[in-house]
Parts: sequence; structure tokens; C-alpha cells
Amino acid sequence: MQTSTQPEIFAEQEAAQAAAIGIDQSLGDFTYDVKYDYDAGSGLTENTVRYISAVKKEAPWILDFRLNALKTFLAKPLPTHWATKDLENINFDKIRYYLAQGQKPKRTWDEVPEDIKKTFERLGVPEQERKFLAGVEAQFDSEAAYSNIKDIVAKQGVIFMNSTQALREHPELFRKWFGKVIPTSDNKFSALNSAVFSGGSFIYVPPGVKVAQPLQAYFRINAENFGQFERTLIICDEGSEVTYMEGCTAPKFSTSTLHSAVVELVALKGAKIQYITVQNWAPNVYNLVTKRGLALEDAEIKWIDCNIGSRLTMKYPGVVLKGRRARGEVISIALANDGQHQDTGAKMIHAADETTSTIVSKSISVGEGRATYRGQVHIPKHLRGCKNNTECDALLINTNSRTDTYPAITVRGDKHATQHEASVSKVSEEMIFYMQQRGLTEAQAMSLAVNGFINDLASQFPMEYSVELKRLIELEMEGSVG
Amino acid sequence: MHTLEIRDLVVALTETPDKPIVKGVSLTIKSGEVHAVMGPNGTGKSTLSKAIAGHPDYTITSGDVFLDGKSVLEMEPDERARAGIFLAFQYPSEIPGVSIANFLRAAVQARLGEGEDLDAVAYYKNLYAKMDMLKIDRKFTSRAVNEGFSGGEKKRCEILQMAMLEPSFALMDETDSGLDIDALKIVAEGVNQLRGPKLGVLLITHYQRLLNHIVPDYVHVMYDGRIVKSGDKNLAIELEAKGYDWVKDIAVPAMS
Ligand SMILES: Nc1ncnc2c1ncn2[C@@H]1O[C@H](COP(=O)(O)OP(=O)(O)OP(=O)(O)O)[C@@H](O)[C@H]1O
Ligand SMILES: [Mg+2]
Repeated sequence: MQTSTQPEIFAEQEAAQAAAIGIDQSLGDFTYDVKYDYDAGSGLTENTVRYISAVKKEAPWILDFRLNALKTFLAKPLPTHWATKDLENINFDKIRYYLAQGQKPKRTWDEVPEDIKKTFERLGVPEQERKFLAGVEAQFDSEAAYSNIKDIVAKQGVIFMNSTQALREHPELFRKWFGKVIPTSDNKFSALNSAVFSGGSFIYVPPGVKVAQPLQAYFRINAENFGQFERTLIICDEGSEVTYMEGCTAPKFSTSTLHSAVVELVALKGAKIQYITVQNWAPNVYNLVTKRGLALEDAEIKWIDCNIGSRLTMKYPGVVLKGRRARGEVISIALANDGQHQDTGAKMIHAADETTSTIVSKSISVGEGRATYRGQVHIPKHLRGCKNNTECDALLINTNSRTDTYPAITVRGDKHATQHEASVSKVSEEMIFYMQQRGLTEAQAMSLAVNGFINDLASQFPMEYSVELKRLIELEMEGSVG
Repeated sequence: MHTLEIRDLVVALTETPDKPIVKGVSLTIKSGEVHAVMGPNGTGKSTLSKAIAGHPDYTITSGDVFLDGKSVLEMEPDERARAGIFLAFQYPSEIPGVSIANFLRAAVQARLGEGEDLDAVAYYKNLYAKMDMLKIDRKFTSRAVNEGFSGGEKKRCEILQMAMLEPSFALMDETDSGLDIDALKIVAEGVNQLRGPKLGVLLITHYQRLLNHIVPDYVHVMYDGRIVKSGDKNLAIELEAKGYDWVKDIAVPAMS
């Protein structure tokens, strides 16, 4: 299937100079030769950044932005003074910073390993998507499948396209907010993303427009979205509303070991944005993502974030509550299995009176898995009438699991209301035996216990996502009892 | 017609295998029969029933358990359950966030063959019928299993599960304790309805009064890890009158 209606892909194909190179087998746990049309080689220098910008035929200000970001990235130390030392194992010189999948790969469905096919089947991934995910097909025909949604929202004046295209077609809109919610220098990985970003989504919703259907499907499966350094910007103009869903519950058999996205949300006066993520990474991936929203007066931003898999995930979605009565919410679920570390949490920066924030975090640690909750709630002294509610619950599936919570709630002044609850519970041997005695296998029993633990959160998800999440947990638990 | 044969069973805690709790119990239960087991606290009644069900805390150091002639000792607890052994727990576990309806549905589904899907409509019809029989409010279907249940509600929920899963052998561990007089009658009626040629029951109880409602075919007295006396329902009445001191010195191996 070779439908590529995105103009820059054709442009990029023409510009392609790099020879097709097979992927290094050591880079991923699921690799075979895929020919990429272009590729920025491995390692990160000014040339890499210039190459990426040239291939994308970007305006000079973007190149400048990238080059500045590169300097910041190189200057910033790894945040190992508070985060895990495992970050030191990332070999930045070995990473490929830009790959465009423009060519049909030379692998066939028959070559896809059986267990991977089985996983797709179990997850109910549609036939077409399976081929894409397994790398048998270069692209998923998202245009044909989802053009309907695109048409409907376009009629309402909604702009919905990938970031590369948006930078070209709507530079004034993009530039106004780009890097404003998350400055390049926010952290080492936001700087990295700012230097080498590629792909991701851009959405603009005009004033008063309420997008009825979640925007998801169109970008859910397509090559650009599988980038390692995607950049997403969503702007909801006054009084508008949108729900965006990203991610894919099928494990991404990614050949890259580093994923570092930046997602910025802007909710203008009275606007509402809901951003839903369900991600399932291969166990060798570092998933270091910066996500933040800016909520102006009476606006509302809600992050729903599910993280499964990966070697290390560091992600703390946040909301800057900039306007009076703005509301922010983070709901997160993290599952850390053997050999995985989920370091997740939330950030709420209260910057106006009567702002409200809610954080509900649930983590599950299995085997040697490790889950860390890191929260930051900041309410300065000069404000009044702010509220925060933080709840973090951890579930341990065996005694080796580890869970830590670092809730930092900085409240100055006495005109605020904050509440913090934390719990740690265990799936006891007795509970598992009870369920087994009813005929469930140990794995089924564990996944039922986990699903029970997150049940109240999962029920807030759109139907298909909660069903997929449930299946994912089943698969994880099956793997963990061996 | 099924048979559950417990043969010379010796059970110890997994961590202290040299200190037996159950010290050689033999007992054969056939479909259609109800065997009551009585005995003072701490004699190993629960240990016996949990070991049969495959609880990991316990190790069978000698002897065997046969279901229709086949040893179950190598089977996982869930395999034993699906083979037809049901344990109504003395202390049922709570499963936060998992509704009774979903839990039982998963358990019923686990008994279907591969690729076979549960008929949801038939399942709910059956569930409601069984709940009505046990006079359990339908609101309970959406409540998390045993979470916040009163003692009596938990016991009723055990019988509901038993009714739904239709085992060939039920090991009922003090299902009557914690029940008020009305609930006791309801549960006993429920068990009597399930009673029949397809079900064998091992009924552990401290109270003779339960045996007025569920009349046993056999009564066994367990003392210090052994069955020291077996008889018919009259044994329970005798025991009620004389107390356990009466059986203390009897060291007769059990008859089955
Ligand atoms: N998991 C365990 N850990 C430690 N001791 C145990 C365990 N299970 C059983 N025991 C001990 O084994 C003995 C028998 O216990 P069991 O629960 O089988 O008695 P029971 O006959 O069911 O008593 P009751 O009538 O009080 O329910 C007791 O002394 C008990 O303390
Ligand atoms: Mg007992």
C-alpha cells in the first residue's frame, strides 16, 4: 500500500540522498532489514540538525530554533541528581535521529515472528494495521479509513494535520505558541526534541467549536506518528472543545531505543482539552516525554495517561493554570513489569486565583518492576482560593516490586485547600488462590486484580480504549507468570 | 457418578514440612453424598480442605487425593477447580474493583473450551435466578467481590458462586458461621437445592443445628489432625450432648 498524500513525503523522497541502510540488529528487540529512504545517520551534530531541516525544507527560523535547541541539549546535564542513573546508559551517538519511512520494506508477512502475530491477534489489531506495525507495509492507508473524520472537522474550521505540514501551511499560528508552554530549556529531553523533532500532530480549533468526536484515528496509525521525536501542538481557541487520543496499544516494535516527544496544549479562555494516551512500549525503549498544557481563564485541561512497557518512562504531564478559575487534571496509570521502571507523575502550577487541580495516579509494579510517582503542585502565596487534590495508589504484585512516591506539594499562604492521599496495597497470595480456586489461571487472576485496581479510572476512558487496556494487562500478566 | 478419595493424607505447612497438621486422613465422598466434618478449633479441618484445593501454604507430605481415580496433586489450584472441586472459604478474600458479575463471568468463561464464547444473556439469566434463590439483592452483581460485605453476605456469596459454577464436589468450610437464623435457612435451602446425584459435599461445621437443615449422610469427628470417629447424623447429636472430651481418647482410624 503506497498511498502518501502528504506532500512533504514526496518532497522528501526527491530530496533523499542517503542510501538505503538496513537497521542495526542490536538496536531493537524486533528488527529485520528495513530499507529507509533517508536517514540522518547516527549520532547528533549540527550537521544532523541541518540535514533534518533541509530534508523538511523548513523556513530559516525553524532551523535557528533547532540549532539553538541543540546547544541547550548539549549544555544540559542528565537529570541524574534526582532521576535514575539508568539515563546514563543512553548512547546518544548510536541513535538515529531521523528516519523517514517512504519506501516499501522488503519483508513479508511470512517473515514476521509467530509470537508477534499472536500478540496482534490477541489485541484485536485490525489486519491492515498489523502489517504496518510489523513493518511489512510502509504505510497504513489512514486517508481512506479516516478521511470521514477529517472532512467533518474541516467543515467546522478545525485544522488537523501533522506538525511538519502545519509548520509550512500555518506558520503564524504555529509559531505563536510553539515552545511557549514547554520552553526548549525545560529539560534535557525537551531540548533534544526541539533540535530533532519530526512528526506529531497539529490541531487548531476555532472559537466556540466543539469537536464532537475524539480526534484520534487519523493519526493513530501512520508513519510519521511512529517517530521517535514527535512534536504535538494543540490550540483550542476561546470556548472550544476537543478530545485527542494518541498512541496505540499494540506494542511498537520500534527499532529505536529512545523516544522523546514534546506535547504542548493551549486552552484559551473557556476552552476544554482532553488528551488521552495509551502506550505500550517494547522493553528496551527509553520513553522520555514532556507534556504540558496552558489553561487560561475558565479553561480546562485533562490528561489521561497510561504507560505500559518500556525500559524507563519518565513522564509528568502538567498544567499551568494561568487564568482565573482554570482547571487541570491528570489521571495516570502506569504498569511496571520485570526490568521496567515507570517514573511518572504530574505537575500542577497554579498561577491565578481560584484555580483547581486534581491528580489521580495509580501504579502497578510486577516482579522486579519499579514504579515511582513524582508530583509537583505549586501554589504561590499571593494567590487565593486555589484547590488541589492528589491521590496516588500503588499496587504491588510481589514482594520484589518497588514503589516510591515523591509528592511535592508546595502551598504558600493559607487561603487554599489541598488534600493528599496515598495508599500501597498488595495482591496477596490469598487473593490469587481465591481466584484460582474459582477456575482462573494465575495470570488471569492477576490481571483481574490489576483491572480491579484501576477500574474506577479505566471506566472514564473511551470504551475501546478501556477494552484495549484490559487486554494489554492480560498480556502483561501472562508474560509475568511465565 | 464421581468419586473424591482422600487417602492417608498428611498435610504440613510448606515452611515446616516435618510438623504435620493433618496426620493421616482417609475419606471417600461419592456424588450425591453429604459428609459432615466436625471437630474442635485448630484440629486441621480448614487445612484439610485447603490442601485438597491446592493452597500453596500447605504441602502434602504423604498420601494422595484422587478425583475419579486420578491424583490431583500435580494439578494447579485452578485446574482442580475446573475439574470440579469447589472450596467455599471459611474466610473469603476481597477483590477490590472486581464486581461479582465480572468475577463469576470470568470463572464461567474459564470453564468453556477454547474459542467458545460465553452467552451473556443466558449467563445473566442464570445469575439472577441463582441470586433470587439465595435471596441476594440484584444490586450485589455490581459490588466488588466480598469488599465491605458483612460476614453473612460473604458466606452467601460463596454459595452463589458454588451455584453458578456447578462443581462435582463442594468443600464447605464453616459456611454457616456468621449467618443469622434466617440466612442460615436460606443458605441451607440453597445447598439442598444443589444437592443431588451430581454433587458430593464435605461440610465442615461446628454446629449441629446446620445439620438439621442439611441432613448429612455421614458425620466424621476430627481431632488433632485425624478422623477419630465416623457415623451417621446421630453422631452429631451425640457429640452435641457429650462434647469433644468424649472423642478425645478414641484413636480409631476413620471408616469411610
Ligand atoms: N497458614 C498457616 N500458618 C500457620 N499456622 C497454620 C496455618 N494454617 C493452619 N495453621 C495451624 O494449623 C492448625 C490447624 O488449623 P486449621 O485452620 O486447619 O484448623 P480448623 O480445624 O479449621 O480450626 P477452626 O475450627 O478454628 O476453623 C492450627 O493450629 C493453625 O494455627
Ligand atoms: Mg477452620
